Amino acid sequence: MSTIQSIAAENEPHPDVALVERVRGGDVLAFDTLVRKYERQIFRIAQHITQNREDAEDVMQDAFLKAYEKLEQFQGNSKFYTWLVRIAVNESLMRLRKRRTGKMVSIDEEIDTGEGSMPRDLADWAPDPEQNYGQAELAEILRKTIQGLPQGFRIVFVLRDVEGLSTEETAETLGLSIPAVKSRLLRARLQLRERLSRYFRGKKGPSKTKLEKTGNVQ
Amino acid sequence: MTCKEFLATLDDLIDDSVTAETRAELQAHLGRCGHCEVILNTTRKTIEIYRSHELYDLPPGLRERLHTAIMARCKKGC
Repeated sequence: MSTIQSIAAENEPHPDVALVERVRGGDVLAFDTLVRKYERQIFRIAQHITQNREDAEDVMQDAFLKAYEKLEQFQGNSKFYTWLVRIAVNESLMRLRKRRTGKMVSIDEEIDTGEGSMPRDLADWAPDPEQNYGQAELAEILRKTIQGLPQGFRIVFVLRDVEGLSTEETAETLGLSIPAVKSRLLRARLQLRERLSRYFRGKKGPSKTKLEKTGNVQ
Repeated sequence: MTCKEFLATLDDLIDDSVTAETRAELQAHLGRCGHCEVILNTTRKTIEIYRSHELYDLPPGLRERLHTAIMARCKKGC
C-alpha cells in the first residue's frame, strides 16, 4: 500500500509546476505567490553565504528577478525551489567576489578533509540547553557559531540541514559530487556540535547556577 | 565497530538511511560507548536547534521592493 502511495506521490506534479506555467502564460501574480513561498529561505541562504545584510537583500532581489526573466530556461528536471536556490547561491558568490576583489571565492576553498575530525568535547549537554539563554542571546550564539565555519562547510550545512535540500539536490546546486557533500556535511555537523558544546554543556558554563536552581543538572 | 567507524556512518544514522544490519551494529556500539552516544545526541540536537531557530528575519520593505521591481519588468516584457 505504502509503495503504491509513494509511486502516486512521485507521479503527481509539484504544486510549483502549475504556478510556473501560469507565470509563463503571463500571470505575474502567480510569480508573487512563488516569491512569498520562498523569499525567507532565499534571504537566509544569501545571508549565510554573504554574511552581510545589504548584500543578502540585493541577492534576494536579483535572484528572483533573474528567475523571473529566465523562467523559460527552467526545464522542470529539477524542482523550481532547487533551481531558484542555485541562482541565489551563484548570485551570493558573485557578490562575495565583488567585495573581495582579487581574492578567489568558491565553495571549494578551505577544504581540509579527514584529519582532525575526531570530536574533542565529549561532555553531554544540559537538557533543553537553549532554554538557558534568552531568544536574542541564543540567536547571537547560533549566528556567531555558524559564521565561524569554513564557507564550504557552512553552505552545505545550510542547504542540507536548515533548508531541507536532499544530498543529491545539494550536490547539484553546488556543483559538487555526492561524496563531497557527504564529507562536508559530516565535518560541518561535527564542528558546529563542538563549538556549541561550549555554551550548552551540562556541567560547566554561564548557566550553571540557573540550571542547578531548576534541578536540571545530571 | 570502532568509534572511528561509528563516526563514518553517523550522518547516515542521523538521516535514517542505514540498513537494518548496520543499524544493529551501530546500536551495539552505542550500548557500550558513552562518548559516541553523547556525540550522536548532541549532533542531532545541533541540527534540530538550527532548524528550529530563524536566525535572519526578512528585512521590512524588502518584499515590497521586489514586488515593484518585478512589476516594472512585467510592464516591459509581459
